[in-house]
Amino acid sequence: MTVVIDSGKCNSCGGAREPLCLRICPGDLFHKQSDGRVALRKKEECWDCAACVKECRQQALSLMLPVEAGGQGAKLCAEKKDLRLFWKIE
Amino acid sequence: MTTLKKVEGFEIRQENADILIIGGGTAGCMAAVTIKEKEPECNVIVVEKAHIDRSGCLAAGVNAINAYLNPGQTPESFLEYVKNDAAGIVREDLVLSIAKELNDVTKKVEAWGLPIYKDDAGNYLHRGKRSIKINGEPIKPVLAKAVKKSGVRVINRVNCTNYIIKNGKVMGVFAFSTREKVFYVMRAKAVICATGGAAGLYRPNNPGEARHKMWYSPFNTGAGYAMGIRAGAEMTSFEMRFIALRIKDTIAPTGTLAQGFGAKQINSRGEEYLSKYGAKNTPMRLYATLEENMAGRGPCFLDTTLLSAEQAEEVKNAYLNMCPTMVLWWKDHGLKPNQRPLEITGSEPYVVGGHTQSGYWVDVKRRTTIRGLWAAGDVAGGAPKKYVTGCWVEGKIAALAALEYIEDKSVEEVSEELMRQEFARVTRFLRGGQFSYGELEEGLQKIMDEYAGGLGSNYGLNEEKLMIARERLIALDKLVSQLKAEDMFELTRVHEVIDRYWVARALIVHLLYRKETRWPCYQSRLDYPTKNDDRWLVFVNSVYHADKNLFKVIERPLKEVLCHDSSY
Repeated sequence: MTVVIDSGKCNSCGGAREPLCLRICPGDLFHKQSDGRVALRKKEECWDCAACVKECRQQALSLMLPVEAGGQGAKLCAEKKDLRLFWKIE
Repeated sequence: MTTLKKVEGFEIRQENADILIIGGGTAGCMAAVTIKEKEPECNVIVVEKAHIDRSGCLAAGVNAINAYLNPGQTPESFLEYVKNDAAGIVREDLVLSIAKELNDVTKKVEAWGLPIYKDDAGNYLHRGKRSIKINGEPIKPVLAKAVKKSGVRVINRVNCTNYIIKNGKVMGVFAFSTREKVFYVMRAKAVICATGGAAGLYRPNNPGEARHKMWYSPFNTGAGYAMGIRAGAEMTSFEMRFIALRIKDTIAPTGTLAQGFGAKQINSRGEEYLSKYGAKNTPMRLYATLEENMAGRGPCFLDTTLLSAEQAEEVKNAYLNMCPTMVLWWKDHGLKPNQRPLEITGSEPYVVGGHTQSGYWVDVKRRTTIRGLWAAGDVAGGAPKKYVTGCWVEGKIAALAALEYIEDKSVEEVSEELMRQEFARVTRFLRGGQFSYGELEEGLQKIMDEYAGGLGSNYGLNEEKLMIARERLIALDKLVSQLKAEDMFELTRVHEVIDRYWVARALIVHLLYRKETRWPCYQSRLDYPTKNDDRWLVFVNSVYHADKNLFKVIERPLKEVLCHDSSY
């Protein structure tokens, strides 16, 4: 698990043709499924750059350290407010 | 000229530019803005595989500018430092041309919006002789904004495949959309390659879902190198690989802790070990760590226990701006940064022209050996320790040179035959095949790890193993031609693996050729374990000859500077 999508918060950017996470991911790892919802197609290819986490306006994306790199479930989320970035870890 | 609009379900899209920049990363963005500032009417296109807002190795941000002349430093002192780090082999002309403009280019990007930390007097905060502290989290969006504001046309999500070459001159590039069935014929009067270095050649530190946790972007797959190799461009110094000394597991940067906060390298007995090895430069800090591990005194650490509570908090914020998963690691382990020393390890090897000097052989204006083609940033060779600012300077130099070159040039025709040939090569994988890109990638990485000095062999090289690597890569070629792709995403990945394969082939040639050990760990020939200046104080360059399917090695003396006549 690297980037986790909270399906309760994700609204696929209101049905936009190109949700923000799709737009920004340097590995092009997001895609829209047949039901229009956003998903990660190859989470093992994630670089953990957190570009998507910073971009998401719903704070629906969290970064987790993979278990193979010592991860134990902590999540990191970010919110942009007035051009500043606020991180939240849980 | 080809006027085809559709072939086999693909739209054929023509794009014309005065100057085409391949890669919207560090060097590419600066090149683009430089051209428009000098010639606002110039038609410039940046073509980028991802999205320029967060593409390339700066996607997550960066914590410091590491090539800057702090007070007391001069271009000449910078050159001395670079020469020492590179064990005497550098292109002095390239390094000096970079050093002279490092500070100016930093101020320029600060004016674009890059936050740089200052003291009360308004001076930049130094970190050693050549670094300044920045909040580099937004560095990529800042560069991208400047590009868009300048009026440059950016085409995102397009992967370049091969240069268009006519009469020995580069006059454009073929490419495809990473998302839709669109094949591009992009013509230009001049092309600047700024595609960065190559990652993913070797088996990485972590398995499974952590395998893309790497020092460099796993999406920098050597496209520019591969296109240049296939086109017969001269390349230099691939054997000077780069291996990063990083925090274990997260592969987070160590520079911030070591240089920024003075954390010392210690072994498992708590002993500071660098002085034992006279380790004063970057490769030696890695080499010393490896030696301590092999002598049974590992693991090795950065001693963060001496950080104050305030410094520990500062460290966390620094990592949030460049490698957020480090903060997750501390949380997952229930630790504060200063509670326990942080284990360090070497990464897998990369081929880059930024930290080390692998790349296109260029002249001082960054012209490559193929007419019409410039190279800037990590894809250009001969000038190590470039870092971000060095890439900016090279982008600027290449841009101004390309602008001068195109004054009497025009965009040229592309034959339908040439287009169809490249279209067939690029898209064939959509029509069936046997092997997935993932299988080829892991197969390639296994060969390189086991026989070409990867992590698994403690980076050590010898003739016999390198010959096996060479043989296995030749055999892999058959499998490369049987790759399959289900969609455009997989087609992009297929070409990334193919490009990596080409870089690996060139790398083996260089590793075999240099019969000495000049850069421990980066290039350790176990069968020639010492440095031999009498014989090997030369550049090892190579050119691929497509007609014979072989690489020819060319030795270049240190002072050789490419000269092009006025008709170039």
